[in-house]
Amino acid sequence: MHLRLPTLAFVCTGLLGAAIALIFFYAPTDANQGFSQRIFYFHVPIALTSYACFGWGAWKALRYLRTRDERADLESYVAIHQGVIFGGLTLVTGSIWAKASWGVWWSWGEDQLVLFLVLFLFYCAYFMLRFSVDAGPARANMSAVYALFGVALIPVSFLAIRLSRSFIHPIVFNSHGPQMAGSQFFTFCVSLAAMLALFATLYQVELAGKRVDAHVRELRELLA
Amino acid sequence: MTYAADVAALARKDLLLELRAKETLPSMLLFVIAALTIFHFALPSGTSHAAALGLLWAAIIFTALLGLTRAFVAEREQGMLDALVLAPCDRSAIWLGKALAVLAFLVAAEVVALPAFAAFFSGLDGRTVAAVALADIGIASVGTLFGAMAVAGRARELLLPLLFLPMAIPIVVGGVGGYLWFLALYDAIFVVLSWAAFEYVVSET
Repeated sequence: MHLRLPTLAFVCTGLLGAAIALIFFYAPTDANQGFSQRIFYFHVPIALTSYACFGWGAWKALRYLRTRDERADLESYVAIHQGVIFGGLTLVTGSIWAKASWGVWWSWGEDQLVLFLVLFLFYCAYFMLRFSVDAGPARANMSAVYALFGVALIPVSFLAIRLSRSFIHPIVFNSHGPQMAGSQFFTFCVSLAAMLALFATLYQVELAGKRVDAHVRELRELLA
Repeated sequence: MTYAADVAALARKDLLLELRAKETLPSMLLFVIAALTIFHFALPSGTSHAAALGLLWAAIIFTALLGLTRAFVAEREQGMLDALVLAPCDRSAIWLGKALAVLAFLVAAEVVALPAFAAFFSGLDGRTVAAVALADIGIASVGTLFGAMAVAGRARELLLPLLFLPMAIPIVVGGVGGYLWFLALYDAIFVVLSWAAFEYVVSET
């Protein structure tokens, strides 16, 4: 643990630096959208990382319900916390991109962005739920159930938004694989790896903090 | 007692309670009629059927929310949820009984609301009625589970809309678009999930 976090932070810094360098100096400028298209390399990896956070949180929730291990509950909470932060960033970067390429801050035609709004609302309520119930097994149970409902809601909402949409979102990935040049795809992959590493680092940092917090509370109870 | 008998007894208890106290259903009925009246004035005259239909779905979701916030009030005030959890029956039966009672209230409210909507606005077709029926199942199952979560918290009535509304967005999409298969899919997923998850929501260990 003491070794892992600095290593992770180091790898994360390196990857982020490499990603930023690639995005601004290596990736070709898009013929249609010009320079502003480069935000794609931030926006989409952040969005995918956010899904990864929610998925990880749900996995830990399932682990909690199976094993009743309090650590899994804390890990689930921290993953969802990070997911909400990345989700918020997705909304912000998506908004900026929409403004740059379509001249509007918000477009209901963008499936992914609308989905993130729904998920953002859903997972913000997770915190409301968690903070309104006293700490203990009951709270951990409810949080876990809610986290699992979240991953069920993602595909259902996605389908719902698809059904209600108008067609203006550029589809970068379709059933024929990524429609990107090799250099673009490479930049995208590095950026995705960087965001995932950032998530892993922040996750470990927050987890370490929360664990220390819990430990201090235990010690204080022993002293009292 | 068998599982079905447990469920029937629990649902019967809720319906009997409502029949005696008459708290939830009259307020749901009044609310939905008042909401439709407000929508009449909120919509500009001569709006399309689609616009009115959208507001019908908003009215249904909020009426359901009104009923759902009341669903666990009796359990909470009398500490009855603990007693139910201690009772020698499967805990998911508590959920099923409650969900059936909520469903009955919803259907009763809509039996009044849908004809009122047809009279106030531009009529009603069979597809919408079918969509409402399917949506009710999803609303009742997810709403009952989240209602049980919300009563455990300090925020209570405040919490349920926050938990429930994001879950209701797909229902509204399916309802407004008339996608019956999608509503059926939603029901199938979330009925099973709620049924399986309820045990964890009420247990303290």
